[in-house]
Amino acid sequence: MMGFNIAIVLHTPLRPWLREAFSMDNLPVMSGSVSSQPADATVRARPELLNAIGNTPLIPLRQIGHDLPDGVTLWVKAEHLNPGGSVKDRPARHMIEDGLRTGTYQPHHTLIDATSGNTGIAYAMIAAALNRDVALALPENASTERKAVLRAYGAELILTDPMEGTDGAQARVQELVEAHPDRYFYPDQYSNDANWQAHYDTTAPEIWTQTNERITHFVAGLGTTGTFTGVARRLKEYDGAITCIAMQPDTALHGLEGLKHLPTAHTPSIYDSSLADAQATCSTETAHTMTRRLAAEEGLLVGPSAGANVATALRHARTLHAGHVVTILCDTGTRYLSGDLWSNNA
Amino acid sequence: MSTPTVTLHIPTPLRSATNDQATVNATGDTVRTALQNLVERYPDLKSNLYNDDGALRQFVNIYVDDEDIRYLDGPDTALTDGAEVSIVPSIAGGRSR
Repeated sequence: MMGFNIAIVLHTPLRPWLREAFSMDNLPVMSGSVSSQPADATVRARPELLNAIGNTPLIPLRQIGHDLPDGVTLWVKAEHLNPGGSVKDRPARHMIEDGLRTGTYQPHHTLIDATSGNTGIAYAMIAAALNRDVALALPENASTERKAVLRAYGAELILTDPMEGTDGAQARVQELVEAHPDRYFYPDQYSNDANWQAHYDTTAPEIWTQTNERITHFVAGLGTTGTFTGVARRLKEYDGAITCIAMQPDTALHGLEGLKHLPTAHTPSIYDSSLADAQATCSTETAHTMTRRLAAEEGLLVGPSAGANVATALRHARTLHAGHVVTILCDTGTRYLSGDLWSNNA
Repeated sequence: MSTPTVTLHIPTPLRSATNDQATVNATGDTVRTALQNLVERYPDLKSNLYNDDGALRQFVNIYVDDEDIRYLDGPDTALTDGAEVSIVPSIAGGRSR
């Protein structure tokens, strides 16, 4: 069914990417050997950096929400202010600490995972603080900023075929882990319960407290689905009347990094669709416009997935007579400077 | 001279619209006309590639052989017989099962 055509491997424009991807193959294997580990790898205490993750501000959008009915407030959880610049610091910390606690993450292991960028940056940041090795698979056409940041933290990059998107990166990691199971700690963010539990344990309680227990609606885009699943599950335990809206890109081909168009992608096993009271879609163009407005009108320099969340939440907030609508600012806009997001006025 | 025939490489997220074919032949003397030929045969691709005004969506990356058409002549980039045209997804996305 996959039928991945060898013609693409031989295809001229993709050759440089694939050459680099193949040339990187052995690096994580080599770097995962016991002998390459510094002696203090097992004794480093829990880095203080981990305490800086979470407890982000919840900010009302006064300008963008200025024409909402009295009694309706649109709030954003400023996850781009995490030390790694994205919401992914939370699940990365949770998955790593879960691995350390249960013993599946040993000192000689190289942490390996597929990531479109933000989770990888969070892994790389935390692993650097823990003095551990990291190897990350991501499509070659990930933004140059992301790759530069990952390399700065010392991560090995396994660059995969852009034609296969993040699912191709996931398949590559699975191959490596199956070939060398003893060399890697593979959190597998798409299937790891610690991913959604990070949001169940931290993000949701913060939102509940910061809204003085008044939140009525929660909106989040689906990527690994960890944010939506974890936050929605906890919020519904607090108050079953809270409406949770799951958002996806409107088309299979889109420009919303980190989000998945589920009809044409692998549905992550951690996704619990029963938590979604409603489904919404957002176009890349709408998201980009809102992303530029967030910077210009609210002083919030965030990425396109945050713009998609806010555009979707605003659209829903307009239909209400009263309520507190909360959504997530997923990552910092400085991660998209090399694209035409900030220069395009369309 | 007849219209050039080119090979279009379809990314995994869009293959549900091309009967799971990874490569599709199309005819056209520019990227624009080759994509029109493609969309005529596989209409489900249309909303992925074009906005409501009929322009190529901003985040759709098209490569002709080695080059991003943004650095060539955009949709007016000329094609020769046997050219390799790729629709390359942004970072996000996935593959249909």
